[in-house]
Amino acid sequence: MVRLVDVDPLLHDFLRDYDCPKLESQPWTPPPALKDMRVAIISTAGLKLKTDRPFASDSCDYRVIPADKANDVVQDHVSAGHDRIGFMDDVNIVFPLQRLKELAEAGEIGSVADFHYSFMGAVDARKMEPAARQLAGIMKEEAVNAVILTPV
Amino acid sequence: MSALGHYLEDEGLSTVSISLLREHAETMHPPRTLWVPFPFGRPLGAANDPAFQMRVLRAALDLFHRPSGPVLEDFPEDAPAQAVDDMDGQFCPVSFPKPPAPEDRTGFREAILSEIDQLAPWYDVSCERRGRTMVGLGGLAIPDAARFLDAWLADETRESPVTDMSKVDALRWCGADLKAFYFEAVTARPGRMDAKQISDWFWLGTSAGAMLRALRKVLLADAESGIRDVGNFMLVAEEYCHD
Repeated sequence: MVRLVDVDPLLHDFLRDYDCPKLESQPWTPPPALKDMRVAIISTAGLKLKTDRPFASDSCDYRVIPADKANDVVQDHVSAGHDRIGFMDDVNIVFPLQRLKELAEAGEIGSVADFHYSFMGAVDARKMEPAARQLAGIMKEEAVNAVILTPV
Repeated sequence: MSALGHYLEDEGLSTVSISLLREHAETMHPPRTLWVPFPFGRPLGAANDPAFQMRVLRAALDLFHRPSGPVLEDFPEDAPAQAVDDMDGQFCPVSFPKPPAPEDRTGFREAILSEIDQLAPWYDVSCERRGRTMVGLGGLAIPDAARFLDAWLADETRESPVTDMSKVDALRWCGADLKAFYFEAVTARPGRMDAKQISDWFWLGTSAGAMLRALRKVLLADAESGIRDVGNFMLVAEEYCHD
């Protein structure tokens, strides 16, 4: 797992037929050295704090996860294609914030952002574009210069 | 995920994506992608295995050293087999009376409420031990979430039980809460369980699992596409849909 050929037939057709955006350009931003990186995580697991408003199933906005609230995170994205047993036992299997903090403490990266983010998964990625571009500006205000994108 | 990387990079942020589905990354060619051969739901591979998670994360960060892109590389390790609870002892399933057949549309309610009663102390242990819970998306107490889903199955209601929550969201989140409650409770008991054992126990050995499998069939026949989507994609783990 996971290649399409390995996916259960019920999910296979959905994933095969998913209308991936046609991205004509090939943007490339040269990264800073790892030791100079301020890193944020963006997940598409539909993560949010319990007190946040829920994601609608086709929601293309995002939720904010403060770095000191990782243990309060719940996962709105429920699917027949994945269980939440791993997430139940360890947030880091989806949202590796603790690992990122350890890398910063070890000096392997510069620092960890104060805020992290999540979108809902399995939505039309094209509709995320306005929110994603807005979010880029917000992250740069916080001096974030590198982002790790994690799926579910 | 891949498209997000594209948009952010275009705005001047360096990104690396972890991908669980190689074909989509191949199609959208985001700037830097690490494909990981793990099941959906586990992009870092293994729960409570910091060393393994760190290897995944370092492999992703290593892609920042590539001079040009797009870059798509494969993580070389499979995820280790895991038990959810690492306590000593054998897996000791919580045995309930044989659930009604999934073809049934009645007869689940009292059995499920009894199961919830029996699991409740272990759910409390889970909350204490883990310091968190996945339960709560639907906003109902677990017995009420179970009653709502069962009432839908029995054709007693077609309305959301929560103000300002759509029927679709009520169905998917009450279903998610019910599953989370059972999974968290059973794994708080002594013994070792892997994900397959937990899933088999819930879907094949509990009345709650049987009720959700029966409810899925009802949702698939609904006139509303959003409700059919819950049945198709959100309620029952796909490997237990083939009956």
